[in-house]
Amino acid sequence: MNSRLYMRRKMSFPLFEIALLKAVDKQLLEISNELGIGLNLQEMKTVQQYFGGKRRNPTDVELQTIGQTWSEHCFHKTFKGKIEVDGKEIDGLFKTYIVKVVEEINPKWCFSVFEDNAGIIRFNKDYGVAIKVETHNHPSAIEPFGGAATGVGGVIRDILGVWANPIACTDVLGFGPLDFNYEKLPSGVKHPKYVYMGVVAGIGSYGNNMGIPTVSGAIYFDESYTGNVVVYCGCIGLLPLKKYRRNANPGDVIVLAGGKTGRDGIHGVTFASAELTEKSEEISRPAVQIANPIEEEKLKRAIITIRDLDFASAITDLGGGGLSSAVGETARRFGCGAVIELEKVPLKYTSLAPWEIYISESQERMLLAVPTTNLQKVLEIFENEDVEATAIGKYTADNALQIYYQGEKVADMDISFLFKPPKITKKAEYKPTIFEDPLFPEPRNLTETLLKLLASPNIASKESVIRSYDHEVKGNTVLKPLHGEQAGPNDAAIIKPLKDSWKGIAISCGMNPNYGRIDVYWMVASAIDEAIRNSVAVGGRRIALLDNFTWGNPEKPERLGSLVRACEACYDFAKAFRTPFISGKDSLYNESPLGPITPTLLITALGIIPDIRCAVSMDVKTPKNPIYIVGQTCAELGGSEYYKLKGFTGKSVPKVRSASARKTFRAITNAIDSGFTKACHDLSEGGLGAAAAEMAFAGGYGLELHLQKLPATNVNRNDFALFSESNSRFLVEVQQESKKEFEALMEGNAYAKLGLVTKSPWLRIYGLNGRVVVDAALNDLMTSWKHTLSGGV
Amino acid sequence: MKREEVKVCVLRVGGTNCDAETKRAFEELKVQADIVHANDVVRRRNLLEYHVLIFPGGFAHGDYVRAGAIWAKWILAKLGTELKAFVDENRPILGICNGFQVLVEAGLLPGFDGMSLYPEAALATNLPPGYNCRWINLKQENRGKCVFTRHIPKGKTLYIPVAHSEGRFMFVKQKEKQLLERLYETDQLVFRYCSKNGEYAQGSFPANPNGSFHDIAGICNSEGTIFGLMPHPERAFYWWQQPDWTKQMQMPQYGDGKLVLEGVIEYLTKKF
Repeated sequence: MNSRLYMRRKMSFPLFEIALLKAVDKQLLEISNELGIGLNLQEMKTVQQYFGGKRRNPTDVELQTIGQTWSEHCFHKTFKGKIEVDGKEIDGLFKTYIVKVVEEINPKWCFSVFEDNAGIIRFNKDYGVAIKVETHNHPSAIEPFGGAATGVGGVIRDILGVWANPIACTDVLGFGPLDFNYEKLPSGVKHPKYVYMGVVAGIGSYGNNMGIPTVSGAIYFDESYTGNVVVYCGCIGLLPLKKYRRNANPGDVIVLAGGKTGRDGIHGVTFASAELTEKSEEISRPAVQIANPIEEEKLKRAIITIRDLDFASAITDLGGGGLSSAVGETARRFGCGAVIELEKVPLKYTSLAPWEIYISESQERMLLAVPTTNLQKVLEIFENEDVEATAIGKYTADNALQIYYQGEKVADMDISFLFKPPKITKKAEYKPTIFEDPLFPEPRNLTETLLKLLASPNIASKESVIRSYDHEVKGNTVLKPLHGEQAGPNDAAIIKPLKDSWKGIAISCGMNPNYGRIDVYWMVASAIDEAIRNSVAVGGRRIALLDNFTWGNPEKPERLGSLVRACEACYDFAKAFRTPFISGKDSLYNESPLGPITPTLLITALGIIPDIRCAVSMDVKTPKNPIYIVGQTCAELGGSEYYKLKGFTGKSVPKVRSASARKTFRAITNAIDSGFTKACHDLSEGGLGAAAAEMAFAGGYGLELHLQKLPATNVNRNDFALFSESNSRFLVEVQQESKKEFEALMEGNAYAKLGLVTKSPWLRIYGLNGRVVVDAALNDLMTSWKHTLSGGV
Repeated sequence: MKREEVKVCVLRVGGTNCDAETKRAFEELKVQADIVHANDVVRRRNLLEYHVLIFPGGFAHGDYVRAGAIWAKWILAKLGTELKAFVDENRPILGICNGFQVLVEAGLLPGFDGMSLYPEAALATNLPPGYNCRWINLKQENRGKCVFTRHIPKGKTLYIPVAHSEGRFMFVKQKEKQLLERLYETDQLVFRYCSKNGEYAQGSFPANPNGSFHDIAGICNSEGTIFGLMPHPERAFYWWQQPDWTKQMQMPQYGDGKLVLEGVIEYLTKKF
């Protein structure tokens, strides 16, 4: 450290002034680096100018606060900044694509979108549903158990932060191949198996301990996840809409409640906004927090009580940036200033410097704004739940953020300055990939191919993981992630949140990272289609989406170029399907010594089912019932699991034909509502072959199908017909006596009766030439599907 | 007493998390049910206002040390007198999952000779290890002592989910045989894990989801008034909670969990 730049004030506690005013460019960057605040030169100069106007040097508390507030993680500079691409300028990806599509669709049922840490939609007249999905990739790479657990804890607080009671969790995970060669593992990268076990245990531990069912999710394996694990944690909550209070006023007391503050989670956000290196573990271990789900459970009880009694005027969670973000953001939102007395913050141990207290990301903490008249009552409610709560300051009528420590003013800045970081312009460049479709003969034995496909890690049963999560607690899980005795893979989970209503919520997801290798545009389109069709398959409708980006370093024009293209697709397909984005999150800088992550977009769909009694599961029900396919099959195998199995990537990535897809979705919804749809399963990884096998062994009855009848374009091989991953397709079992009605509903869509359910436990598929191409016992299919990941976690 | 006079106390503490659905199930049975924080009972000393005490599922106090251990000691220290009076008056107590662990740790179960100073059994970590959430079959083994299951025919199988990582019922190895005999003699065995067809699981996973000794899933005390079980009857209460409801043409209105919860009300309305 260059000691001339830092001057300790003569205090009984550590407080430094930083000689910013006279610093030259090189020193500005040195300061940013040494304080670990991750600001670039342009930003440091803006800070210098601001304090130049005040004619004084900033304190460490002030600089750290700015560093947190302006971090990629908190401010989403890439999504809000300017981007130059192909000679044109995009003024904010978020505004240009994501917000725009929501404004254009503008559904009446959106209650609060992009305003809070979670999106809220109307559920019925009185209730709203809040939803949020977080990324916790960086911490999970360093410390898998803690990183994943605090990811769950954090997203649950996002839900509490809009006054909602958490009712379900989701998790979508991405790991490197579990059989990754140890010798190829670079120093500082943990083996995928270790990461997998830690992350799964972390997620289960937090959700189970808090008593929130983990009902939906997915696990993908990809080489590029070896150095960059993907951890998406989602939470869904329920709130009475009239209890959504957001009206803090000057004079309201700032109450900090929950766990004590320590050094865990210092600089979590700046760490999350940088690439992982060999030294990340050594340097950034303190950035990963320690989880205590029981603390959060108690916190939740108190918050719900305070909500129901209308005792507080606002609430927010403490996540990235700790107090610095929570205080700053609430003050800005309510047009207030704030005065904080840092010595009042309860600490895990003494000797924390004021700046550490202010930016620590210790878990299980929430911030409430409480009118003075209710303060005593609020503190009592926390006490009854054995939760520590402390008044640490007040909102004020000015625009200043003033922080004191033991009577000494340690920070004094304008809130408006804090939330106006300089707009950064980044360069983006899009380069199409050069892949070709492979040439290889059709395999002779497709039964064997199907068995192998079912065993491939991305398709194989995730039962051993799902059972380690409590998906039944609260007793409201109507459609479970594992269906029935054979634990078939349901397309979406359904929750019945209210005792006196049959209305339900369908939760599903879509993610196709392998398509992104070929074209991120169609990857995004496919993820949106998949999330929606999963919801539609169980009876969901009125669908809202969440977007979660996991990308590489946006400073690199190519990475940013593909991000722009992904956002274009988000706009195009959300618009086409009339499905607004209500919340989202981005995690950038996912790069490790093994290279960048493959662009990965998770789409989460939140659908409504008017009556859960009409919900449809994916298992076949009754022999002799006809099986229909709905949706057109094309020769789209680029990025498919089948090509992957054969060692290819290919070029013909599945497209989304939104006009016909929308029509198909509507027809399926009608067929489900009519009551004669007995089973419905979406076609995704592994195509028709995998979907048919899953439906059959989940139901315990066989299927006899004829590929000759398949509505298809340019599909002249049995393997392509079976394993194409064309979007917007469903397999549907219809009750025998209702064939005509079903066909009438499908009028105008590509559909065909492919075959029927059989009593014998066999999957028999006749090929394009009428000869049997797949002939397998359900037991063998199921064993293949269940074996791969059965080792448990 | 009349059914609507029955008051059920669903006790909770930090980490309890199955209280709401347990209360909902009892309310569906047309009795009064309150979720009460243990701190409140300590403050108000009002435990004896209730006729049934439920220790619901969850992770009381984080289940640090050993599942149920902390809450058990806490209760004995802070509410010991009231709890003893409650037991002595033969008012029923039910422990579900974490609640079962609490009752064992508190020495209330198996309670061969009344409350024991030290636990006489344990609910150890599952074998195979790890948290497991699944539907299992139970066989009713009790000959009539347990007040919760009196109306369920002996030998009937029930379909109810489990979700826990510490549910392996065991005695001290050396006394295993002798204590099991005692369980049978005094009619304290209530539920055993079995297959769909009602054959005992014989320790085989997943029919026996945790490796419990003798496939034991639930036992009662020697008076039959205190009952603990690992499975969650409150999650098998309504038809739409069943895992196979989409397959059924005609679902009964309730699941088997209702049978486990309603027996105690019958007992109370007759006895008091």
